[in-house]
Amino acid sequence: MRVKIFVCLKEGVLDPQGKAIERSLHTLGYKEVQDVRMGKYLEVDLDVPSRQAAEVRIREMCDKLLANPVIEDYRFEIEAEKPSAVSDQPLTKTGLKADG
Amino acid sequence: MRWGVIVFPGSCDEQDIYDCLKHNLKQKVEFLWHKDRLNGKFNCLVLPGGFSYGDYLRCGAMARFSPIMQGVVEFARKGGLVLGICNGFQILCEAGLLPGALTRNASLQFVCRHVFLRLEETDTPFTRAGKKGQLLKLPVKHGEGCYYADPATLERLRKNRQILVRYVDGKGRTSPSANPNGSLDHIAGVCNEGRNVFGLMPHPEDAGEKILGSEDGLKIFSSVVAACDKREKRAWPG
Repeated sequence: MRVKIFVCLKEGVLDPQGKAIERSLHTLGYKEVQDVRMGKYLEVDLDVPSRQAAEVRIREMCDKLLANPVIEDYRFEIEAEKPSAVSDQPLTKTGLKADG
Repeated sequence: MRWGVIVFPGSCDEQDIYDCLKHNLKQKVEFLWHKDRLNGKFNCLVLPGGFSYGDYLRCGAMARFSPIMQGVVEFARKGGLVLGICNGFQILCEAGLLPGALTRNASLQFVCRHVFLRLEETDTPFTRAGKKGQLLKLPVKHGEGCYYADPATLERLRKNRQILVRYVDGKGRTSPSANPNGSLDHIAGVCNEGRNVFGLMPHPEDAGEKILGSEDGLKIFSSVVAACDKREKRAWPG
């Protein structure tokens, strides 16, 4: 099971990288940009029997290591089970060819 | 007294600390490898600066799970003295032995220069050899030294007088330009409530002799020596 984890600095914690990106976007003419917060994105593959089990384990991992509760918040999405490996693979390959 | 300097993969200031303690202060020092269990009696454990585990994920995030850290936490709980410098400070915060966290410098730049610190409290084993308000000239060298704590924690730090050193200018005044990393309330170092764990971003070990431009770092180490003379029996395990 694949889980996508998003870790971001809490509101109120200084995010100098986000601010620098915001200024760059303004310089490029994207005046509508109000605020940029930068965070981390992790993909974790798990071998667990159920979504509930994945949720419990991922929460634990985030609290222990992946996020620092003093400065960071996290959220995660558990990807739907792939219907079958056969239907998924050709799509990915086509996508890659199109990009290349 | 006996000092232990813990070495993590990616630490790089352990030799400076060893040299400063051994040659400038004639202390008994030994290195402790992070994979070992804490074994033997020590009066003070030092977590050095550097880039433990390559600073991956967050500075200090992985080092806190090194096998030796369990012993360090227990040592601290029993009142043993623990000093974290730079990356060592980050590790102690990640391990929950010190409040708050250290984040990316507000300037986004790595800073490497001498700064002035104002000694705010002297009733700790790490600052007792100094005078309140005294200035110390020490170098900083870090990219993630911006101290942060939520408002309730900051209030508690002030109330319990846990802020031991602040960044100031040469006249002892706080100002944005004297604050090298944007730290909240100009905080350069804090101790725990028990006052036996201290972490700071500047490097006392790199200010241990005149040729380095300052001897002020010795104030921190000689405070510990003086404190341990008085409580020799507190070496752990007892």
